[in-house]
Amino acid sequence: MTATKAPSEPTQKPAVRRPGDRIFAGTAKASGILILLVLAGVAAFLIGEAIPALTAPAEEIPGGEGLAAYIGPLILGTLMGALLALLVATPLAVAIALYVTYYAPRRIAAAMGYVIDLLAAIPSVVYGFWGLAVLAPALRPFHTWAADTLGFIPFFAGPASSTGRTMFTVGLVLAVMILPIISAISREVFSQAPALHREAALALGATRWEMIRMAVLPYGKSGVIAGAMLGLGRALGETMAVAIVLSGGAGATLTLISSANPSTIASNIALKFPEATGIDVNTLIASGLVLFVITLGVNMLARWVVNRRADFSGAN
Amino acid sequence: MSTPTRIAPEVPARPTGPVRTQRRLPRFAPLGLYLAGLALGAALAALTGSGLTTAVVYGVVLGTLAVFVASRIVEGPRKATDRLVTALVTTAFGIAMVPLLSLVWTVLDNGLPRFDAQFFTNSMYRVVGEGGGAYHAILGTLIITALATAISVPIGLMTAIYLVEYARGRLKKSITFFVDVMTGIPSIVAGLFAFALFTLLFGGGVRLGVMGAVALSVLMIPVVVRSCEEVLKLVPNELREASYALGVPKWRTVVKVVLPTAIAGLGTGITLAVARVVGETAPLLVTVGLITGTNLNPFDGRMATLPVFAFYQLTQPGTATQAFLDRAWTGALVLIILVMALNVVARLISRFFAPKTGR
Repeated sequence: MTATKAPSEPTQKPAVRRPGDRIFAGTAKASGILILLVLAGVAAFLIGEAIPALTAPAEEIPGGEGLAAYIGPLILGTLMGALLALLVATPLAVAIALYVTYYAPRRIAAAMGYVIDLLAAIPSVVYGFWGLAVLAPALRPFHTWAADTLGFIPFFAGPASSTGRTMFTVGLVLAVMILPIISAISREVFSQAPALHREAALALGATRWEMIRMAVLPYGKSGVIAGAMLGLGRALGETMAVAIVLSGGAGATLTLISSANPSTIASNIALKFPEATGIDVNTLIASGLVLFVITLGVNMLARWVVNRRADFSGAN
Repeated sequence: MSTPTRIAPEVPARPTGPVRTQRRLPRFAPLGLYLAGLALGAALAALTGSGLTTAVVYGVVLGTLAVFVASRIVEGPRKATDRLVTALVTTAFGIAMVPLLSLVWTVLDNGLPRFDAQFFTNSMYRVVGEGGGAYHAILGTLIITALATAISVPIGLMTAIYLVEYARGRLKKSITFFVDVMTGIPSIVAGLFAFALFTLLFGGGVRLGVMGAVALSVLMIPVVVRSCEEVLKLVPNELREASYALGVPKWRTVVKVVLPTAIAGLGTGITLAVARVVGETAPLLVTVGLITGTNLNPFDGRMATLPVFAFYQLTQPGTATQAFLDRAWTGALVLIILVMALNVVARLISRFFAPKTGR
């Protein structure tokens, strides 16, 4: 021992760093840092281009009443569409995830999961086409019915749109689009529920549903929440489907089914940007900045929930 | 051997007759009841003269109720709830299938009429009515996507290597966290970023193909990082250690041992990342714009891309409305085919390039 220790000591201290190693590690580290810079750059460039709109006098902003009055209704529209989508998609996605993980025949369960994932692969512009051509006309009877019978609820206040291109339809299209996101994450956490807990529940005579309620759902709850929030982030930022389907007007109204819906931030940018000039461009970028901040907040919260869960479940 | 003798005296004590807790519906009874409910619903819908949708809704509700009630009477409330949840969960899966099937059917139905050679060989140059095609847009999409891939893959792959092989501590944590956050950037914001960047560099009103590629890269890089990171983590440490033991430097270990082992997963992940951005419309709408002619140079002016082409054909039809709509739907169909093809390629890569391990 002592004989070998003496010569090995000096060679260990200066760790061998060949130039190739240093270059490679440096490149790898640089690309990692570049990503952080890009994210910071997104914020910085958006702020830079939004400043003219922030400092401009109120009457120069489109609408003539200042930036807050311009973006306010758009924020309302964005939130309404995304929350409606979330309300519709979350229960469905959880049910689908349960079906694929615990109910579907073992042999075809993987294929069924793949089919649901296909929903995520379809480009958003195609969802817009489908919403415009199929869903909006199909929901027209519902719009008139809702205006007649549920009109006392602010969300269903009439007059009903005659085209079906309303926030309600948009919410359903968005729900279909975020369904695969929520169900993919739910599926993952459900399938990770500890087998011992599940088998113990079944061994005590629980039915399959009781097993799921006692062993799977409590374990997967935070995963479902995180998935729902990621879906919310996607729904908030979704552009083309909304731009195609919604025939949005101005004005902040709560109604989902009339043709006076507020538009959403993203679709408003997509529709107005190609023709915009001067201060209009800056105003649109300012609204994009607001959208960026909102989605960033939602996503960071979601990731925080996911990571916290990952820390706890590290044992298995 | 001793247990049967111990149990033996208890056997007569068991209650005779049917044991309530063990009563079950016959094996095919739930399915039969459900189908009966469906049939009843269809009959009801036919009587009231409503359409297919109503018939299915009535049928599903009635079928579920029939199973629930029968099970509750025969098997008790716990089993009945179980059967109810089974029915609900299966129905939810069915509901999710409706938009998928409807969408695929609609796009095929509307897109096939113009799915012809002309669509793939003509541009929209000087076309105001019928005819014309998306040759320029398809090529534009391919060029811009290829450019975005060329930007994203080196950065994404190197970052993944850094995260798996080198990074420690806070920098690793923050990169991982912000890459995750970056996957949630709305596509339109990525487009605005590219626009703002190039406006500062080249002045206002600039529209270039490469701007679109930059915007798509912002969306693509985090996806590449995530998938490559997952794959690289799967490479067994024994391989790295064996390589170090032979005196191979770390970077050559990564290049010659780790990457070849993970090549199938890397290919799959990158292909899926390409599939994700190839259909993006919004960032291209604000950065690349649209032209009717063929421009294959991403560093010189506007280009046409397939999603934007389809969008404008649908929303701004000219006088010959039907011709525009047909082109729009065919554009959507080509887009779906492109994305699906990429997904299939990704699966094939993972199947055929998987390392031959003994495990």
